[in-house]
Amino acid sequence: MTVRTYAEFQANNETPEILFWVGCAGSFDARAQKVTKAFVEILNHVGTKFAILGKEEGCTGDPARRAGNEFLFQMMAYNNIQLMNMYGVQKIVTTCPHCFNTLKNEYPELGGNYEVISHAVYLQQLINEGKLKTKDGGEFKGKKITYHDSCYLGRANNIYEAPREVLQTLDAELVEMKRCKTNGLCCGAGGAQMFKEDEPGSIRINMERAKDVLETGATVVASNCPFCLTMLSDGVKNNEKEDEIQVLDIAEIIAKSI
Amino acid sequence: MIIIQQIAFIIISAIAIFLFYKKVMEIRRNILIGKNEDLTDQPKKRWQNVMMNALGQKKMFSNPLVAVLHLFVYVGFIIINIEIVEIILDGITGHHRLFAPLLGGFYDFLIGCFEVLAFLVLVACVIFAFRRNVTKVKRLNKGELLEAQPRNDANLILIFEIVLMSLFLIMNAVDLNLQSLGAAHYTQTSPFWISQFIAPVFSGLGEGTLMGIERTSWWMHIIGIFLFMNYLPYSKHLHVILAFPNAFYARLDSKGKIANMSEIQNEVLYMMQPELAPTNADANAVMKFGARDVFDLSWKNLMDAYSCTECGRCSAACPANITDKKLSPRKIMMATRDRLEEVGKNINENKEFKEDSKTLLHDYITVEELRACTTCNACVQECPVSISPLDIIMQLRRNLVMEESNAPQEWNGMFSNIENNMAPWKFSPDDRDAWTKN
Repeated sequence: MTVRTYAEFQANNETPEILFWVGCAGSFDARAQKVTKAFVEILNHVGTKFAILGKEEGCTGDPARRAGNEFLFQMMAYNNIQLMNMYGVQKIVTTCPHCFNTLKNEYPELGGNYEVISHAVYLQQLINEGKLKTKDGGEFKGKKITYHDSCYLGRANNIYEAPREVLQTLDAELVEMKRCKTNGLCCGAGGAQMFKEDEPGSIRINMERAKDVLETGATVVASNCPFCLTMLSDGVKNNEKEDEIQVLDIAEIIAKSI
Repeated sequence: MIIIQQIAFIIISAIAIFLFYKKVMEIRRNILIGKNEDLTDQPKKRWQNVMMNALGQKKMFSNPLVAVLHLFVYVGFIIINIEIVEIILDGITGHHRLFAPLLGGFYDFLIGCFEVLAFLVLVACVIFAFRRNVTKVKRLNKGELLEAQPRNDANLILIFEIVLMSLFLIMNAVDLNLQSLGAAHYTQTSPFWISQFIAPVFSGLGEGTLMGIERTSWWMHIIGIFLFMNYLPYSKHLHVILAFPNAFYARLDSKGKIANMSEIQNEVLYMMQPELAPTNADANAVMKFGARDVFDLSWKNLMDAYSCTECGRCSAACPANITDKKLSPRKIMMATRDRLEEVGKNINENKEFKEDSKTLLHDYITVEELRACTTCNACVQECPVSISPLDIIMQLRRNLVMEESNAPQEWNGMFSNIENNMAPWKFSPDDRDAWTKN
């Protein structure tokens, strides 16, 4: 696996095409690391010249801001923007919709202006440009796949079709959950809920969402968000369906199909 | 006799219009209690939103059956109001059906259309009352809507509309009977489209009785309209007016963007680059972060509260509410309006706001509700009248965390991890790229 940092590019007087923003989950969470590696595999496969910030990357501040801690958000944003502006970053691709939303919608007002693309849209572009082809009769051929809209790609940024188009190249049967697209049900992790227990209620939100998944009869759940991935995996597991239903990020699904 | 009726009519109209105007100005004042916020950029897009979301009721159509019924009531409400012009002019001038001789056959056509609409409004309202009270549609029978005030408010509005439409049709039906008896002042028209089927009910009655019923219906109808007009600003039905400005002033940013706090942005900037800090800044200036009460919210948040018609589409889509957490976005809006009305009353009584030791946060909206929000934007997406409960929730959360340091233990841990390790979990920043090595 070839992964170089922005600092290494600069030391060689080179400029990468894109900055791959890995995010905290993608960097540290064992499950999300697999998504990071799958995406890197795809980037290397198509020959994209990409850099990461490595040790210099820091949390975008999304959970701090949404929990109400604006000071902490502003500190993180300040540091990240200083760093990226120093490197002259132009284009960012990220595998986390929370990072995507913050970088795209919240940093410009603070002086961080970049072209920010979600990995779902980037994959769709690669496919449309003919740079990325999924193989015929791959692992997912004929399987029932359902796609879970993350709130931050979906409602927050109106990205509904790109990830579906990516999955449609697989020769699989794409089935929708009863609550999908604008109507999609949150996995329960957004707004910094990932970092605390649910408030008291009758059922956990991810369990409620797992019911939608089971209803479709799908054997693969495609997600685009490291938090959704955790929440849905737990939901499926709690229903003792983890042997029948795989919860995967679209990057993993595509990496397995090339 | 006619002149007394005319004078009575003018006095009643004047009182009704004056009271309505006074209450509308009071609501305007209450909304402007909120903080200033400029929401006039991109006028073209704003007018588009008015056309699509307010006039076109786009969001209603996710449930076509309800949308069509609602459209009947809405179109009926607007178009039948044209008939009110004649009724008012008749009332002032002492005429009866002033426009009938002027418009001839077209008049019959117009009244025919109004009658069809009145009938559709009537049917729709009966179905709405049935859905609300008999089949008990869940979103109309959950949480805060089980309280007496919102229930009575909703049913009173439906009863008002059913009675007004019935009076309009009865009035016309009796009129047809009077016409066939050749009663004086009752201009001949062709049979009205709907009321001709009601007319036989009154056919055996004498001219005097018929005139009594016709006049009584006429007066009850117009007084009913004045009463309804004056009830409007006290009820959830105010959405018929505020849906329009609320669509125009809706935020145009991507839904995922949370409002920036430039005061904190600057604080952080001055901390990092002290040379940029203004030297003449007042060191004692007290900054208040987030919203604790209605005064701290923006005027748009407050207009949102008055625009809410308590339909509950937000709460029915809210992941927290679906899983029976305490949070209900509809309740956030209702609580904001209740608090604002209370503050308004306080100002009416004391000329200016007199401290009442209550706040929107805690007294009306609890910490548990605020903490349940996943910021998923389902409530914002669903609202047919462009309300953002999320914006209020976020501002109250900011106050909780930055003014009261009131956060769950896990969040405090997350904050300190981000601060020290640049990630919400306790990992060393040195290991951020460890995944590249294995």
